[in-house]
Amino acid sequence: MLQELSWKVGGQQGEGIDSTGKTFSTSLNRMGYYIYSYRHFSSRIKGGHTNDNVRVTTEPKSASADYLDILVAFDQETIDLNGGELRDGGIVIADAKFNPNLPDTLSSNVKLVVMPFTKIAEEHGAVIMKNMVALGATARLVGLEANFCASVLQSRFGRKSQKIVDQNLEAVKAGYDTMSNEQIDFSAFKLAPTTPDKHLFMIGNDAIGFGALAAGARVMPAYPITPASDVMEYLIKKLPKVGGVVVQTEDEIAALNMTIGASYAGARALTATSGPGLALMMEALGLAGMTETPVVIIDTQRGGPSTGLPTKHEQSDMYAVLFGNHGEIGKIVLTPSTPEESFYATVDAFNYAEKYQCPVIIMTDLALSLASQSVRPFNYDAVTIDRGRLATQEQLDQVPTGQMFKRYERTEDGISPRVFPGQRGGLHHVTGVEHSEIGRPDEGKKNHVLMMNKRLNKFNGTELPNSVSYTGDKNPDILLIGVGSSIGAIDEGTERLRKQGLKVGHVQIKVLSPFPINTLTSYVNSAKQTMVIESNGTGQLFHLIQFFGLTHPEMKSYLKYDGTPFLPKEIEAHVKGSMIAWQR
Amino acid sequence: MATVKEFRNNIRPNWCPGCGDFAVQASIQRALGNLDLEPENVAIISGIGCSGRISGYVNAYGFHGVHGRSLPVAQGVKLANRNLTVLAAGGDGDGFGIGLGHFMHAARRNMDITYIVMDNSIYGLTKGQHSPTSAFGFKAKTTPAGNIENAISPLQIALAAGIGFLAQGFSHDVSQLTELIQAGIRHKGFSLINVFSPCVTYNKVNTYEWYKEHTISLEQFPDYDPTNRKMAMEKVADTDGLCTGLIFEDKNKQPFDSLVEGFKETPVVHQDIHIDRDFFEKTMEEFA
Repeated sequence: MLQELSWKVGGQQGEGIDSTGKTFSTSLNRMGYYIYSYRHFSSRIKGGHTNDNVRVTTEPKSASADYLDILVAFDQETIDLNGGELRDGGIVIADAKFNPNLPDTLSSNVKLVVMPFTKIAEEHGAVIMKNMVALGATARLVGLEANFCASVLQSRFGRKSQKIVDQNLEAVKAGYDTMSNEQIDFSAFKLAPTTPDKHLFMIGNDAIGFGALAAGARVMPAYPITPASDVMEYLIKKLPKVGGVVVQTEDEIAALNMTIGASYAGARALTATSGPGLALMMEALGLAGMTETPVVIIDTQRGGPSTGLPTKHEQSDMYAVLFGNHGEIGKIVLTPSTPEESFYATVDAFNYAEKYQCPVIIMTDLALSLASQSVRPFNYDAVTIDRGRLATQEQLDQVPTGQMFKRYERTEDGISPRVFPGQRGGLHHVTGVEHSEIGRPDEGKKNHVLMMNKRLNKFNGTELPNSVSYTGDKNPDILLIGVGSSIGAIDEGTERLRKQGLKVGHVQIKVLSPFPINTLTSYVNSAKQTMVIESNGTGQLFHLIQFFGLTHPEMKSYLKYDGTPFLPKEIEAHVKGSMIAWQR
Repeated sequence: MATVKEFRNNIRPNWCPGCGDFAVQASIQRALGNLDLEPENVAIISGIGCSGRISGYVNAYGFHGVHGRSLPVAQGVKLANRNLTVLAAGGDGDGFGIGLGHFMHAARRNMDITYIVMDNSIYGLTKGQHSPTSAFGFKAKTTPAGNIENAISPLQIALAAGIGFLAQGFSHDVSQLTELIQAGIRHKGFSLINVFSPCVTYNKVNTYEWYKEHTISLEQFPDYDPTNRKMAMEKVADTDGLCTGLIFEDKNKQPFDSLVEGFKETPVVHQDIHIDRDFFEKTMEEFA
């Protein structure tokens, strides 16, 4: 019996690989299994290899599995590219149409099952249903019912026509029956049962989009870019239901400036982008900081530099986000690790932006943005909206006639009351030039220092709640430090090492600015050695930790920048190797 | 009831004596007063340059952003509060140089914004470099041997981008300019009023006298029909872009905000942004 299943379907882009994976994973999610599904795709619409790797577990996991149990192949390339991931005893189920063969490099213990997917699909009405045949074959192999995907097919095709649903289900059944005739030890592949439980199933970008909707965001100007576009595509469907609007702008410069305009005029507004777009937003980011305009920016990191690897994973925007704008501004940078955290981080982001009157950047990475995961339902009651310090009409009525409202009043905490255009008595000026309390240009020495202090001191000593999470041993021999989507792989690595008798702790950083130096220091000081794990080539987090003043005599850096996220086995092996070397 | 006085403040512009922008400032103030608008319901968004300072010189809500980006900010303001009268303003470098892309897209997007460009064919604030509307052969600090690039035609670009309201004024004629700005504000959709606003310090070619001599009022053409796009294209070409008055207006064009699905009469800023539990749960259910 399989305690967990790692299944992959692969073929050419444009032949339904995505929807095959999605039907499989959504169906199992509805049954109560936990899913982590990671897609491999390229920057092209048709053609080119694509695959969807679905990990099915009975406990929540937030990483791909180390090995594959089953590989479903619609072309030879899928076998050639992915066969090496199969574990000993794994199975390739391949379409007879392309006369599949196993390369000599594969373990002799990998079995090839050739099935006429295309032929069976044709017999049932359409070649496109070859995917359904493959799903049926999979279902039989892992001991699911032949109708395991009925509810998902019903929601997908039911509104189009019942006939399509029935045809697809028949194709699934045909695949199921054909697999039954194979000489396989089915008991070895039977998936362990799970407790029926309700989870959502979504990508990180969905969680951010839904979080923005719940947080009251009503204006989103954005420019399409992988892997961020899903956020605007989600909100363009949802915002019209609540009187909001998404505008596809001419570029990212317009996107952030328009976001600033909307926020200045009182809307909760956001934009979403990735590295190249973030680079174009830097001047406006400075404007938001200088004018103390609350904005929320989503940066879904992808492979860089330049156009880089648009569809691949990397965590290399940390320096850009923290230091990319010219001049000095205060900003908040949130780095959630999971879709669930992304939802709540988005809600928090809008509250922080208005509380501190500053830009807030939610920095995800491609794996978090695009991997589909099982997620606990969100809590409506945990969504609160705090618009920050707003001037009341009574306060505005007290502004003497002929005088302007002090939008940039110097207060003890550096935060001044806001008004929105349209409010009587609130006239003031806003400018990216250094300015006085009423927003008039004022380049005087004294004023500049006072205003710089006002803007920068808002965050003094602030450590936001839940800035880090911690799992594993207290006072560990080694403390693993990560950021973003790597939480799942590092956690699994940590657990395996602990089972082997090592004392391992894992801290995941959820806020990069204001940097949670105090909390992190106490964890780091408790460890004999530390290792910073991140997906980039220069060790940005490794250096940032030290930049913010944290030192440790044994601080190591573990980098990966081949475009793929960390696997649990990689963490396990690397940390173990490092421990052995250190103990010598 | 508001008058021109309400739109004046006590700030002394940092423009040179004789700068064309004073007349633009006065025309904006008069137009807003004539339209009986309240200062708090007007937002003026400007870019960078001498003319970009204008958002501080009219008594209204003013936002002085970064170079070339007044239109994106202005559109954001309009999205958040469609009840506001939103003006964007800046110079020819701001609008037709660094911000040209935004101008064309704002014209085709057609939000209800009035864009006033103070066009003096020179970069004044940076002390005398040539601009995108400087003529071929024009000598400036950065074209010591004469401009080897060609001037763009903002009017032709505007028409090509599908603009719904296009006019051109001249700082010398405040009453015409006031009327054009008023008409631009009344127009439901994006409007451009390009204004020849001479720089008395750095442009010794395109002076008041030069413009007086070279501009041609469209009133001189009794058969001119500003609702005819083709005629507008031709007239702009025939006059080498030097015609003044209302060049084109399409009153049937629907502004962006009236076309947005689900957009409410009540501006976004005045809506309750909390979503109810039922909608939350139903929307979440789509992910199950």
